[in-house]
Amino acid sequence: MSVDTQKGRPDAAAPAAHPAIELKGISKAFGPVQANKDIAIRVMPGTIHGIIGENGAGKSTLMSILYGFYKADAGEIFIAGQKTAIPDSQAAIAAGIGMVFQHFKLVENFTVLENVVLGAEDGARLTPSLSKARKLLTELAAEYELHVDPDALIQDLGVGMQQRVEILKALYRQADILILDEPTGVLTPAEADHLFRILEGLRREGKTIILITHKLREIMEVTDTVSVMRRGEMTATVKTAETSPEELAELMVGRKVLLQVDKAPAKPREMVLNVENLKVVGEKGVERVKGISLSVKAGEILGIAGVAGNGQSELLEVLGGIRNGTGRITLNGEEIDLTGQNSDARTRRARGIAHVPEDRHRQGLILDFHAWENVGFGYHHDAKYNSGWLMDNEALRRDTEAKIKKFDVRPPNAWQTAKNFSGGNQQKIVIARELEQNPDLLLVGQPTRGVDIGAIEFIHQQIVALRDAGKAVLLVSVELDEIMSLSDRIAVMFDGKIMGERLPAETSERELGLLMAGITDTTRDVPVEEIEANLARKDGATP
Amino acid sequence: MTLPKWADVVLIPLINLLLALFVSGLVVLMIGEDPINAMKIMVNGAVGSTYGWGYTLFYATNFIFTGLAVAVAFHARLFNIGGEGQAQLGALGVALVCLALPWPHWTLALPFAILGGAVFGAAWAAIPAYLQARRGSHIVITTIMFNFIASALLVYLLVSALKAPGMAPESARFPEGTFLPNARDVFGMIGVKFARSPLNVSFLLGLVACFLVWLLLWRTRLGYEIRAYGHSEPAAIYAGISPFRITMITMLISGALAGLMAVNAVQGEAQRLLQDNVLGAGFVGIAVALMGRSHPVGVLIAAVLFGALYQGGAELEFETSVPREMVLVIQALVILFTGALDNMVRGPVTGAFLRFGRRPGATTKAAE
Amino acid sequence: MTLMKKLLGASAAIALSAGAALAEPGLIIDLGGKFDKSFNESAYNGAQKWVEDTGGEYLETELQSEAQREQTMRRMAERGANPIVVLGFANASTLEKVAPDYPETSFAIVDMVVDQPNVQSIVFSEHEGSFLVGMMAAMASETGTVSFVGGMDVPLIRKFACGYAQGAEAANPDVKVIQNMTGTTPSAWNDPVKGAELTKAQIAQGSDVVFAAAGGTGVGVLQAAKDEGILSIGVDSNQNYLHPGSVLTSMTKRVDNAVYTVFEQGEEGFTPGINVLSLENDGVGYAMDDNNKDLVTEEMVNALEDAKAKIVAGEIKVHDYTSDDSCPAG
Repeated sequence: MSVDTQKGRPDAAAPAAHPAIELKGISKAFGPVQANKDIAIRVMPGTIHGIIGENGAGKSTLMSILYGFYKADAGEIFIAGQKTAIPDSQAAIAAGIGMVFQHFKLVENFTVLENVVLGAEDGARLTPSLSKARKLLTELAAEYELHVDPDALIQDLGVGMQQRVEILKALYRQADILILDEPTGVLTPAEADHLFRILEGLRREGKTIILITHKLREIMEVTDTVSVMRRGEMTATVKTAETSPEELAELMVGRKVLLQVDKAPAKPREMVLNVENLKVVGEKGVERVKGISLSVKAGEILGIAGVAGNGQSELLEVLGGIRNGTGRITLNGEEIDLTGQNSDARTRRARGIAHVPEDRHRQGLILDFHAWENVGFGYHHDAKYNSGWLMDNEALRRDTEAKIKKFDVRPPNAWQTAKNFSGGNQQKIVIARELEQNPDLLLVGQPTRGVDIGAIEFIHQQIVALRDAGKAVLLVSVELDEIMSLSDRIAVMFDGKIMGERLPAETSERELGLLMAGITDTTRDVPVEEIEANLARKDGATP
Repeated sequence: MTLPKWADVVLIPLINLLLALFVSGLVVLMIGEDPINAMKIMVNGAVGSTYGWGYTLFYATNFIFTGLAVAVAFHARLFNIGGEGQAQLGALGVALVCLALPWPHWTLALPFAILGGAVFGAAWAAIPAYLQARRGSHIVITTIMFNFIASALLVYLLVSALKAPGMAPESARFPEGTFLPNARDVFGMIGVKFARSPLNVSFLLGLVACFLVWLLLWRTRLGYEIRAYGHSEPAAIYAGISPFRITMITMLISGALAGLMAVNAVQGEAQRLLQDNVLGAGFVGIAVALMGRSHPVGVLIAAVLFGALYQGGAELEFETSVPREMVLVIQALVILFTGALDNMVRGPVTGAFLRFGRRPGATTKAAE
Repeated sequence: MTLMKKLLGASAAIALSAGAALAEPGLIIDLGGKFDKSFNESAYNGAQKWVEDTGGEYLETELQSEAQREQTMRRMAERGANPIVVLGFANASTLEKVAPDYPETSFAIVDMVVDQPNVQSIVFSEHEGSFLVGMMAAMASETGTVSFVGGMDVPLIRKFACGYAQGAEAANPDVKVIQNMTGTTPSAWNDPVKGAELTKAQIAQGSDVVFAAAGGTGVGVLQAAKDEGILSIGVDSNQNYLHPGSVLTSMTKRVDNAVYTVFEQGEEGFTPGINVLSLENDGVGYAMDDNNKDLVTEEMVNALEDAKAKIVAGEIKVHDYTSDDSCPAG
């Protein structure tokens, strides 16, 4: 990918005279935490600039300052060479900055057109604005592959489509600088590729794009330049063409990181978990799991791939005893009660199922509890944590100290409140708790979501080690990389059904991506529109 | 952004209290009384004599029970504002026990009275709890409604089945064997003079209740589950904790604690069942729990403080022309500042801590 | 000086003042407030009159709730007030409990008998006074129907009602007497709205003279009577002035005199036991003044004076409801 793609902007008289956006000495502290420290960035017009860094490195804070959500403690912002104050988001829009958030800010029951116009109407009458927007939308669609039905309701659109509406919103407000915060987190690979094509189209038109992500692959694929942030500081800004993923990872973490999981081939043994025709009805009476069958053997990792919201969460929760379902599930040959009458999460644990939940903040941890209290969470009835009527807090704390040591939790303080640990260390506490129970079956959902690269490596190693100890592992992740590198077998879920099973060595990201969109005929060339239509139908089909 | 524990438990309530007293002083000044003198009378009246202490601690005993009741429910994120009604029912339970038999000695009567108060209070809390856990009826609404039902029920009983011969709507006086030893008797035995007051052995019961609640919340599996459920319901379900079970048990404990208040107020003082045996202690309990940060030690301290406010307020009314309503205003201000306006103080205090470089939350090891 | 010594000192000082000869008398105003235009106000007026006449001082406090009774009573005693007057039957059970704890202090209770060596029980012959106003009501009535609104449904108020009914029947054997009680709890003493409603209901049944024996609730009864253009009869204090031309008379119950007497006698003159205030010693009666002189005919006054003399002489026996919990009339 080259940097010199600046053609097609005849009106830009002196395109490279000033950076489109320049930050000088930006600092921002939240109490004792220095979120941004003396940050400097120059982004030239017509380029895609990546900002990469681990969770909590300060990326989002920096962008919030740029969009007027936070006020910097120190520093200056220059837009096209002009020093600009951005006290609020209105000022940011006026300065030509558009933002696409990780969580979309759209009105669900408005049409695309209404959402685009919302907040940027010309005058009191809506009709002129709407017809103007409709015209513009048609133009943009032709120019950048930004096809969206202007009259569709947001709630009927898939996430990829909704993201496009966000981009259109920014363009409608005449944004020259577009900031995208983790835009691919919710997309299938095909959709992500399509997004990148849109971004390249915009760049060709002279727009400046800032892409915030933690995925090295995306940085390498689309950016011209990349800045690396670590602990609130900008550690490096390099030309993408002149760097490598390994170097970027090292810059992010501050040490050498193994990006590939090092594992021996699996040696599957007897069947541990067998699921037959499992159906789960979720909230509002919608069937979320529509009759799936799968099995996991001792000594293997079965990965469940899929876009978030296709029934994987419900599958994990049924197995973990949190939800009820119908069908037949056996563990080591013995049937498990799915009605919730005679079983709950506690009895599942007693039968040897450990569960690392997808959302550690909501489920896996009590954030206001001390680390040691969380280490007993779910296992607080175990004899080892109790003496008679009372809980043996001393034993619990001793056990916590040991786990902290073994799993390298930092800071190594059993008395620290869970919410004060970083995401990675929180996850280590959960993983330590569940893995150390020596379960027959480990359910693990999104093991590395919001976890820094250094901890990802460690967590992956632990999961593989458990497999090698002859345990069965059921892994659910929306990160295809993770699924590909950890799993011994991969099942792809779409719309509550399993679309197919593949072996990692015999499949590709492209094939899995198509399966994730519900397209089983993976040999043909599938246009992205079909993928979107499929995903939208699935989302819209649920009443 | 968290404060050091000591600032959270000591400093902020203290500042709240001082602010409340300051504003109260201004109000007293406005109605043309000397606030310093008023303060002296209140302090002296509350803690300046054994008489004052007797009443202060008597009221405090009520507030300990109702405060603990609210605090326990708070831990499961249940807002039990039905302490008033549960205590009324507890009073009925205590009265039925005391009137049932010609008790020979208080040591025999007390355990049964405790049981009566606790069971009736718990039963009254059980209905809203069930409606919350199974039907989703909001417990704030149901418990407050049950306060009205409770007071109507008592009125009905006191003009019918339980009415003593005579004109007032009250029950017969309890037999002498149920009278609890009061502070004067107890201190008299060890040769210390203590003025006559309704302070009785229930105060010790209150201290025991504080300890047991602490033990429950931080040393038992049930307490662990209650706290976990209160912090996050999805997490509790993940851990195999049944929301229904926790809601029911927590509310039963809460109601029982509120009901125990009657041992002090009914068996300890009135020695008969009256129409209103609670006198707003159920509501004060909310303020006590808020101010005490739902910790038994905090509840104990806050209860004594509110007891002193009650007693000091009564003295103020007695000694000066400060009207009764004024005393209520002062109490209301304390509740307002400790409860509703807590964040007003918390913000600046947190800011001050940050400015002076102490890292809040750096050391969170503290007494639970 | 250690804290304990201070505390002991303080209680010693209290004990000392309790025993001192110059103790001030105390008055505990009951629920409803001292300006209830009725029972409490009458007591308050008596105390004020004593202050005017003697220049003395007394301690006064007002009850705010049922459960304060005990603390307030004890507080009075601890403060050294002597004698202490408490108002109303609702204090009986509390006084029975408190009085023995303060044997040096004298108590007087109005409207109820408490059998303790240091308690004087002041009771009134309300049935006699009510008899007289009942007569007047029946004589003043044009419809032949008179009515009664009581406060809380207790034997004391039935005693009023029963005397009233007997009097009305004595004056007019064909009279119809309607009786209603406001409620069964102490809140019935302070519910003027319900008092007015009851009055209007009675008017609808033909009553044109209503007697209110209901404390603060009576204010509503008298107001409704005025609004509807009928006659009313006040109670306890002289309430004729409230609605001149509408209030026929008031059944006075001289609580003010009772309080005055207890205050005046002080500690030395205090006599425990039952003190009955009746027609004979002007403890009860009916009120005549400028406000009602146009309403009351000479014939009525003569009849009432005649009946009064006969009652005092024992020629007319007015039945006391509380003696057997039943009423021969009404």
